Amino acid sequence: MSQPATGIRGWDVPADLDKDPATIPDPARTPVPDALRQEIEAHMALYPDRRSAALPALEAAQRVHGWCSPEAIDQVACVMQITPAELDAIATFYDMLENEPVGQHSVYVCTNISCSLCGADELYAAIRDAAGDDPAFNVRAFECLGACDIAPMASVDGVYIGPLAPGDVPQLLDDIRAGRPVLADKQLARRACADPKAAQ
Amino acid sequence: MTDTLLFKDIDEPGLNTLAVYEARGGYESLRKALRMTPEEVLSELEASGIRGRGGAGFAMGKKVSFLPHGSIDKYLVCNADESEPGTFKDRELMQKTPHMLIEGLIVASYAAGATRSFIYIRGEYVQQADILEAALIEARGAGYIGERILGSEHSLSLVVHRGAGAYICGEETGLLDSLEGKRGNPRLKPPFPANQGLYQGPTLINNVETLATVPAIIRMSGAEYARIGTETSTGTKLVSVSGHVQRPGNYEIELGIPSRELIYDLAGGPPAGRSVKCWFPGGSSAPVLTAEDLDVPYDFDSLAKAGSMLGSGAIIVVDDSTPILDVALKTAKFYRHESCGKCTPCREGTNWTVHMLERIDRGEATPMDLEIMASVQDHIIGHCLCVLGDAMAMPIGSMIAKFRDEFESHIESRRLSALTPEPGPITAGATA
Repeated sequence: MSQPATGIRGWDVPADLDKDPATIPDPARTPVPDALRQEIEAHMALYPDRRSAALPALEAAQRVHGWCSPEAIDQVACVMQITPAELDAIATFYDMLENEPVGQHSVYVCTNISCSLCGADELYAAIRDAAGDDPAFNVRAFECLGACDIAPMASVDGVYIGPLAPGDVPQLLDDIRAGRPVLADKQLARRACADPKAAQ
Repeated sequence: MTDTLLFKDIDEPGLNTLAVYEARGGYESLRKALRMTPEEVLSELEASGIRGRGGAGFAMGKKVSFLPHGSIDKYLVCNADESEPGTFKDRELMQKTPHMLIEGLIVASYAAGATRSFIYIRGEYVQQADILEAALIEARGAGYIGERILGSEHSLSLVVHRGAGAYICGEETGLLDSLEGKRGNPRLKPPFPANQGLYQGPTLINNVETLATVPAIIRMSGAEYARIGTETSTGTKLVSVSGHVQRPGNYEIELGIPSRELIYDLAGGPPAGRSVKCWFPGGSSAPVLTAEDLDVPYDFDSLAKAGSMLGSGAIIVVDDSTPILDVALKTAKFYRHESCGKCTPCREGTNWTVHMLERIDRGEATPMDLEIMASVQDHIIGHCLCVLGDAMAMPIGSMIAKFRDEFESHIESRRLSALTPEPGPITAGATA
């Protein structure tokens, strides 16, 4: 699997050198939804340095806007009173922050070593094929998700599910579409510890 | 085998709640520690001999003692950015017994004199972060977190901070930058975090499992804890076993047991009819070992002597049905993806290693490429601010060294199969 083009400004896409760098957005001219503003301000209050709230703030804005859109970045920059460029630098660094519009439901398929030894590449292909171009899904191959005990596995909107076979894929997608718990009996949360000494 | 310390009753329903945790003796170690002086707690940690469970294996007591004394603000950061491929032990701890981590963290902060603490948990662990936050609210309500804990002089704040998907944030200085709201680029060391860490203040950084072990150490005393395991690898260790084994999962072992016991007796070994080809003993950053090394005792020093490392305590087993090239390619691609790009040897070295492995796969490589690839690994090791590049170079270098024949026959067979039976038109560039 080759690395997908990310469309990162200044890297894959040339930066517009004629434009002046964006400054800290003017609160009077940058409407921010109240709930988002409150959430960001609550995060800022937790740290000795308000900048520490950048990651949780971008995650909150992504939840509202669906991705780290220029509008989302501007709103976070306005509340945090830092430049959009600083947030752009962060948004392009972390895998879970999206720099393009994506489907509402994230399906991260782990394709790292342990999962791929157990058939993750076939699973990923099966999910991609079945999801097709349905705009509801954001199917991505992900690096190790820390659940090699249920390999091959996927994280559906943060819920870990495995071990998965290509045959599970139709129900997986149906459950997501219907808003049901996804493959309830295969969720990690229900799994007992493998160590027999733990069960004594 | 001694009792399990971390996994005892781990599947008890509701253990993640304060009521159940307290009912089985939870937070008693904290009470005991607060009756001692911080120096006494520190000497218990030093006596235990416990070495960091995150990867580097540095003595925890010594790390705590490096923090300067005095009344300056000190920080404690729990590294819960468990991202080393093959590792999933901290996940199980945080999900099932979050209060054990919080209790250990409070005791460690008392020994270190830290008054502000953070748990940096990887963003993918959504459920575990939710569980930790719920546990934190309970602990705060019971007076374990906050001002003057249980009437003592010690105060501590705690914030659960979620990452957003970056392996490099498990590197301690990358983690600090990320926690300060920046890209997770590692810093130049020295200064070490004990002197200048988070917000430029003295900072103690410990792994989840290390901190979760602290209540047991206080309960049983450091000296008693040190009797478990071997002289230089004390205690029990959670080991995540995955890949080609029949019972993948986390196992709590006494350090020093034969690796074979772990892979075969506990995890069930490879599927019937298959055998172990190679195994990563400590996450994908550890040089691979082969079937000949299965009797190496599973502890820090024995694995180092065998040419690898215990790392995060994650065994990935690869059986004889898998070409070594596939394993190498997966490994190299992971580090290419996760390199932060700050240092050239790592950024370029991981990229070109992937390119060279793909050349082999496409049948375009010659045996000379193996030499070049091995020399690229040598040029990465020790030449960067952090060890991410080394973490690719060491396993890839070990694969080339131990499976050179397979790489060579791979190069030859792929080259021959790339020569298609129907001869294409001779192009201008092909003239001799």
